[in-house]
Amino acid sequence: MSWEWGVIWEYLPRLLGGAWLTLELVAVSGLLGLALAVPLALARASANPLVRAFPYAYIFFFRGTPLLVQIFLIYYGASQFDAVKESFLWPVLREPYWCAIIAFSMNTAAYTAELIRAAIQAIPKGEIEVSLALGMSKLTMIRRIILPRAAGIVLPGYSNEVLLMLKSSALASTITLLDLTGMARTIIARTYTPLEMFFAAGMVYLAIAAVMILVFRLLERRLNRYQFAKRPS
Amino acid sequence: MDLQGYGQLLLSGLWVTIELALVSLFFGLIIGLCGASARLSASPVARAIATTYTTVVRGIPELLLVLTLYFGGSQLLMWIASMFGYDEYIDVGQFAAAVAALAIAFGAYSTEVFRMAMMDLPKGQWESAAAMGMTPLKTFVRIIMPQVWRLAIPGLGNLFQVLLKDTALVSVVGLNELMRQASVGAANTKQPFDFYLAAALLYLLLTVATTLITGYLERRSKPELRGTRA
Repeated sequence: MSWEWGVIWEYLPRLLGGAWLTLELVAVSGLLGLALAVPLALARASANPLVRAFPYAYIFFFRGTPLLVQIFLIYYGASQFDAVKESFLWPVLREPYWCAIIAFSMNTAAYTAELIRAAIQAIPKGEIEVSLALGMSKLTMIRRIILPRAAGIVLPGYSNEVLLMLKSSALASTITLLDLTGMARTIIARTYTPLEMFFAAGMVYLAIAAVMILVFRLLERRLNRYQFAKRPS
Repeated sequence: MDLQGYGQLLLSGLWVTIELALVSLFFGLIIGLCGASARLSASPVARAIATTYTTVVRGIPELLLVLTLYFGGSQLLMWIASMFGYDEYIDVGQFAAAVAALAIAFGAYSTEVFRMAMMDLPKGQWESAAAMGMTPLKTFVRIIMPQVWRLAIPGLGNLFQVLLKDTALVSVVGLNELMRQASVGAANTKQPFDFYLAAALLYLLLTVATTLITGYLERRSKPELRGTRA
């Protein structure tokens, strides 16, 4: 087998350009997904079955179907309806970039909501009772007690979800976006060196994942300071 | 939802998806068992190989794995074969490349599940089997495996769901599974939403069925729960 390092070096700058789009997709849809996940999780943890029903169905659908189907439903599916094509949404739904962002955000929101719900339910009951006893309103309690506590508990699980999202972002290449995988495929179409280019792309993914793991570890140390504190001697 | 006679096509795709998932599951479980044994072995070389395998495969996108094996599988296999002195052209079929990619991905995750399960078994199990004069292989098959299996079922069930959803990626390289057939129907009828929604519902059906089967296996593997409901 002929292995050409030269071709990797030659195209590395372009691959890194693709990696930038990958990072952008993960960051933007990660933030949007998180914003969507918090209300979903709060509703999912509600005592009222009617409030619980919608997030339950949403999470069931998005976790039970492949992300690729969700992307295609939004990117190709939306064009089936003339009402969508004539509406103000069309400039957004026409763009593969925004379709990818929408699909990734909705997908990660479903997984993250489950994580947050589990975290909310893992908060010691006493802390909730104490805040009620102190006369906090429900909203204050959510803002001051529940969410900050859940954030610390959810972090290890959430870092996993972000890594999975990094890997899922490769699906953006199926709707013509030139993310890291898409860029590698484009280069291969020209050079026909699939093993070299996919290898290089894989190494870039690994490097990104390694940095993310590090960042989350630091964040965890910060958010869960109390667990890392030394006992005064 | 009007599928305009393409429903049959979707069902044939569903069948290929199931086939793909089950064959990949089979090979993935074998890889996982070998991987876990290697990770827990006394040999540092075996440990290093297994650790590198799980770290790398779990860190790169499944789609990249599918594409690599589809476009580079023949090249890779011929390179390996040439080390053994075989220099003819080898063609890796579409299905084989897809199964290889999915099994390698599943194997990396199941390695971790099996490793955890094996570590949960008390060491005394190995020692007493050895004291009874069993060979390590026999111990593994008769004593360790049946117990590891029990501990690993919930984790493996989750992984199988991931595998089921990952089979959709194979449509990118043109294998006629559910997702691909949905695309064909969508292109011919100009009703992409209906077809992708139909595909989504069929996938949902598969994941629900998997959840039920996993629950059943889990209850069966725990005698104390036999006869109860989930």
